[in-house]
Amino acid sequence: MFSYTTRQSLILRVNQDALTVTPRPSDTLLYTLRQELGLTGAKPGCENGDCGACTVIFDNLPLKSCLMLTAEAVGHEITTVEGFHHTALQDAFMDHWAFQCGYCTSGFLTTAHALLTRHPDADRQTMVEWLRSNLCRCTGYQEIGDAVWSVLQAGQT
Amino acid sequence: MSTIGQSVRRTEAPNKVTGRAKYNADTHGPGTLWAHLVVSSEAHAKILRIDRDKAMTMAGVKAIVTGDDVSLLCGEVLEDRPPLAKGKVRYYGEPIALVVATGEAEAMLAALAIQVEYQKLPVVHTPLEAMRPDAPLIHENLGHYAIAKPPISPQPGTNIADVVTLRKGDMNVGWKSSAVSIEGNFTLPSIDHAAMETRSAKVEILHDGRVIVHTTTQAPFEVQKLLSQYFGITQGKVIVNAPLVGGAFGGKATVQLEILAYLASRAVSGRLVQLVNSREQDFKTSPVGTGLQAKIKLGATRQGKLTVAELTFWVDVGAYTDSSPRMARAITSDCTGPYRVDHVHCDTYCLYTNHTYATAYRGFGHMPMTFCIERAMDKLADRLAIDPLQLRRLNAIQPGHTTPTGVTLNLSRLGNLNACIDRMNDLVTKPPGQVTRVAHRVRATGVSCFWKTSSSPPDASSGAIITFNQEGSMNLSTGTVEFGAGTKTTSAQILAERMDMSIEDIHVHTHINTKVDPEHWKTVASLSTFMVGRAVLDAADDAITQLKSLAAVVLRCASADLAVGQGRVFIKDDPTMNVAFKDIVHGYQYPEGNAIGGQVIGRGTYIVRHLSPLNPDDGQGRPGPAWTVGCQAVEVELDTSDGTYEILRAMTVVDIGRLINPKGALGMVMGGMCQGLGYGSREAVRYDALGRLVTDQFRTYRTMRLGEQPNYQVDFVETPQIDAPYGARAVGEHGVLAIPSALANALARAAGVEIDSLPATPEAIWRLGTEVQA
Repeated sequence: MFSYTTRQSLILRVNQDALTVTPRPSDTLLYTLRQELGLTGAKPGCENGDCGACTVIFDNLPLKSCLMLTAEAVGHEITTVEGFHHTALQDAFMDHWAFQCGYCTSGFLTTAHALLTRHPDADRQTMVEWLRSNLCRCTGYQEIGDAVWSVLQAGQT
Repeated sequence: MSTIGQSVRRTEAPNKVTGRAKYNADTHGPGTLWAHLVVSSEAHAKILRIDRDKAMTMAGVKAIVTGDDVSLLCGEVLEDRPPLAKGKVRYYGEPIALVVATGEAEAMLAALAIQVEYQKLPVVHTPLEAMRPDAPLIHENLGHYAIAKPPISPQPGTNIADVVTLRKGDMNVGWKSSAVSIEGNFTLPSIDHAAMETRSAKVEILHDGRVIVHTTTQAPFEVQKLLSQYFGITQGKVIVNAPLVGGAFGGKATVQLEILAYLASRAVSGRLVQLVNSREQDFKTSPVGTGLQAKIKLGATRQGKLTVAELTFWVDVGAYTDSSPRMARAITSDCTGPYRVDHVHCDTYCLYTNHTYATAYRGFGHMPMTFCIERAMDKLADRLAIDPLQLRRLNAIQPGHTTPTGVTLNLSRLGNLNACIDRMNDLVTKPPGQVTRVAHRVRATGVSCFWKTSSSPPDASSGAIITFNQEGSMNLSTGTVEFGAGTKTTSAQILAERMDMSIEDIHVHTHINTKVDPEHWKTVASLSTFMVGRAVLDAADDAITQLKSLAAVVLRCASADLAVGQGRVFIKDDPTMNVAFKDIVHGYQYPEGNAIGGQVIGRGTYIVRHLSPLNPDDGQGRPGPAWTVGCQAVEVELDTSDGTYEILRAMTVVDIGRLINPKGALGMVMGGMCQGLGYGSREAVRYDALGRLVTDQFRTYRTMRLGEQPNYQVDFVETPQIDAPYGARAVGEHGVLAIPSALANALARAAGVEIDSLPATPEAIWRLGTEVQA
């Protein structure tokens, strides 16, 4: 256990960089990513854990960064959408038109990326269970499911 | 190769999959001040006292603004809304005070320390309650409000903000020629836009008088106009920036936070202030999509031909009118649904209630309107024992018929509803009137048709500017905001097609700045492809004329001998003789060094034509340039033991005129269908007995989640709208329109009950079933 009560310098591992931040004890990881590190791919869709737009990969798990304090992230490997470069998943999202406004996209990409890492053999039902954590208001969801499924299938053949 | 009809990727796609696309609240520099709202905890109350003394002394607080500091009434049509409540509050969540502080936390803490003392007033919960003679008055000064944009007919001394009257034909004749009649009463809740990005605004007032606004808006030019008007600033000094918008659905066509952020900045000597809605405030403080109550009576012959329709809509505008009077006219214009009815009587009332005020929502009132008329059509089908799809086919509006407002339709203006119904007949595979029963699981299909025109002002206009880079590629600037509908991609495709160029050589300006981008009325009403597309074509033609004119000199020929394509101007009968864009778009230089010509700048405009406001006496007039028609269906499997159900299939056939981008169009339609299923099955803005909104989070305001969507089947009919770019019809809103009614029609058939209100939750169906048995 550790405790701190005022702003304090911490080192976060984000997208394989060690970055120094100075959060308040109450700052969420989402807040620090956006306000201190300029990593605005993670979005404050509800700051309540309901929508998943702020999802980042925490070690190997998708995690809603609005539900975690920055202090809790110390010592862990964080990957945000800015950490993805030319992945098959990003291409699949573009080819399947798996977004319109794009605001939820980072969260779906991080969630799906974690799924591909942890469960490369996932069946469709498992995929749906994972992706249910995120909200999209523009698409009919089929596009998102098809995009992720296409990458899962490509890896399974 | 033609670009039209190709599913080219969205222009902004690469940035959206890398987190690099910037939305309004993603950019902020150090030194930006934060504003936070104190909002009403009552639905209807007098404000006795606002105590800001303690908050003013708190760390970081720079200013606190309340309604006492501001003398301003706002409103797109009727100026009935103080930006900060003055004297009384009219809805739960209404802005009361604005705290400006050095940081977000400081502003929030100070907001908590502001005490408001209320004297409660009785609450008006529904439009029909608002109509009662003894209803509490929500706007005592209704007779004194300025009308910003007529028409509107407020009735002082009542809660009636507006009445729209439509009279077509002769009701006596209509009823006399009918053999059967049905009546339905409908109640639909307000809906929330629930865009994933909450609304936000940033304002800075510079010392030279310029006001720089950054906002989540569909209507940057409206923001510019209204700030100029409300605060007496010349329009040239109000500069509104609209970056990418994270979903809008009509909810960002209204102007609210921009005014508040301006007031906040003004209170701190013009420093840059940002105001960002929390999700909770986005739900309760910013406007919602309208709910309504309605009574529909239809008369028809024995054979099922509609002869008469008598319709009354009581629209729940909430505490303030915003765009509701325009929406009431849109509802009225298309009130019969896409059916031929010669005798129509429609009254639409806009009623103040103590609900969150309403603004446009995808479909501009057509989704709830369509629900009422399409449920009524199913009741009529039942009464006549006619298949529901056959009844619609029998009455489908066609070229040569007139709309309720007296517009004579032709194929270009209307499209082909019969063709949509016929294709739907193939898709549904068995007649929608039949149900399949296995033990207590019942399968049924519901169908519905829709139509919609734009209801834009008769002077809505659009512009486009094309400039060239030295390499010969093109920059396209228009006034449409990109909130997901793909307007930037579509306009790039239209330009690429006209110039016969690769889409890769078209660079579209995505971040709108009112100072440099030509005005587009508002990115609403599914009009962008039509209006902006026309302006783009006009600009392209202007650029082509200039290119040919200069090339004619270079190539020593007449302009008429030239054509453009693939980045060159060439002689039609001998394309080997040509000059590249790159050699002429910034002037042509002769080998010896002299130059002629200059930059080619294409300029294009479009203004809607032949529209006329509805006549106040009988509602006759021409509300929009053209209609989009279609047919939708939903297949469900209901468990009659408990009312739970699965949505198996959802189908849409829409006359899209011409497919510009198939995947883009498919996505717009499926997305609309998904929203429609949400409204049909679960979504509702709910209030408690004291009028307090209780659905202010995604766990209480439930939208569809992945895995709950049905199998979608979408098909397109292509009947060109001749005056539209490449024949493309409006389609942005339409996927949503008839889905809630198709779902309710399916569930009503499966459960054997009348589902005349939404959402059709399992509990609601179970209750209706219980009532039937009792």
